[in-house]
Amino acid sequence: MAELNYIILIFISTVFINNFVLSRFLGICPFLGVSKKVETAFSMGMATTFVMTMTSVATYFINNFILEAFNLTFLKYVSFIIVIASLVQLVEMFIKKASTVLYKALGIYLPLITTNCAILGMALLIPLSGYNFIESVVFGFAAGVSFTLAIVLMAGLRETLKFADVPEALQGVPITLLLAGIMAMAFMGFSGLISI
Amino acid sequence: MQTYIYSLVSMGGIAAIMATGLGIASRAFYVERDERIDKVEEILPGANCGACGYAGCSSFAEAVVNGKAAVNGCPVGGEKVAAQIGDILGQEASSSEKNIARVLCRGGLKETKKRSEYRGIQTCKAVEAVNGGIKTCQYGCLGYGDCVQACPFDAIKINANGLPEIDPDKCTGCGNCVKACPKGIIKLVPVSCESHIYCSSHDAGKTVRKICELGCIGCGLCVKTCPVDAITLEDNLAVIDYEKCINCGLCAEKCPTGTINFTGKKVKSIKITEDCVGCTLCARSCPVDAISGEVKEQHEIDPEKCIKCGLCYEKCNVNAIEIEYE
Repeated sequence: MAELNYIILIFISTVFINNFVLSRFLGICPFLGVSKKVETAFSMGMATTFVMTMTSVATYFINNFILEAFNLTFLKYVSFIIVIASLVQLVEMFIKKASTVLYKALGIYLPLITTNCAILGMALLIPLSGYNFIESVVFGFAAGVSFTLAIVLMAGLRETLKFADVPEALQGVPITLLLAGIMAMAFMGFSGLISI
Repeated sequence: MQTYIYSLVSMGGIAAIMATGLGIASRAFYVERDERIDKVEEILPGANCGACGYAGCSSFAEAVVNGKAAVNGCPVGGEKVAAQIGDILGQEASSSEKNIARVLCRGGLKETKKRSEYRGIQTCKAVEAVNGGIKTCQYGCLGYGDCVQACPFDAIKINANGLPEIDPDKCTGCGNCVKACPKGIIKLVPVSCESHIYCSSHDAGKTVRKICELGCIGCGLCVKTCPVDAITLEDNLAVIDYEKCINCGLCAEKCPTGTINFTGKKVKSIKITEDCVGCTLCARSCPVDAISGEVKEQHEIDPEKCIKCGLCYEKCNVNAIEIEYE
């Protein structure tokens, strides 16, 4: 029971309190790039979540059974990036097959998931946090959910923003960055909700 | 040493597993793609300049194969590429004449005067933002080379006179420099056109005379001279309509300031020989009605009316017109 509680805590704290985008400021590029429409934003979030969950599985094994066992922790970055890049390739192939429309909508941001720092950041945080296997996977999945949450909220705001009377100087990117800042401040309200 | 071996084996192992997985996945998720897209893409120049209006050569190739873009939509590849694409798609490529960029200003360091010093960011856009540049002419070339930066084909160089020089052989007419120029003085013109009015100033003639040696003063002599009404005065500036221009070079001769430059061959003498079969083609093509003659009889050129544009020579189907260039 205590274990289950801990896992739920990990999930909630990763999604809300230490939100990858709005609190750790990771993965800003797709957060601003693909957040024009809720639908594509959600697909992007799903793709990222898949990659993150799979990465957390792979990195847990690689870290514990290869890197630490053979004293090779200095190869963390290299090995994690190989895993992430391969998984992104897999996702890309899958999306290309499943939906050409989605493939076009995601465009360059799809292969760029490889360089999404939220994923590498998540992979590097796992060895630091000392999570066991299940906790690592939950952490990876929660990281993906937190990214999806942020990007979908942002897309929703940006969709309604089209009808707003934005001052000329702030139109386009500036108002989007302001929005992101306000959202980050709003998420600060979650801090202190729980403490691990 | 052990560390090296462990690193190599472990990284190699991870990479091998991933590669195998991806290999299997690429079979499982294989998407059929129109072969023609790849073929078209191979033919295209591959500069991804975006002159066609698409994001790059590959998206243009896709658009062409899907019938969304014209076969001759690549201005860089020109007729050659258009013909090859036409072969692949089994379509006729309607030929389009190649355009090249021309800088419509010749007011370099020698011809114009400076009105201030500038020590800021060395790009045309930055200079333009500071009160329209340092030259006395508000319309002329700034000479900081934004067009040079924009050119993907290395066709533009800033010469000693501080003006961009476009290499007509390298220029492909992609139009990137046209977009880059903050003054908007670069135009795409058909490559066969030989007469150009190298000025973009809308200032009054008096002002232009003071600030630039080669500026158009809007005197209108060229407008009166042009036999085909290809030149019009627009707000103190002579503008040439390249569709009407017949490359006679008369305007360049008359221009008092030397703004108009004619690079073509000037006709010295022209006459109709006995080979003429009287088809009247030449008479109909003559812009000044200088050719007269009955049907099926030898025609004649009236030397007083003739402006020596050479149009009739090009039109004649039986080589009955003799022409001498200067």
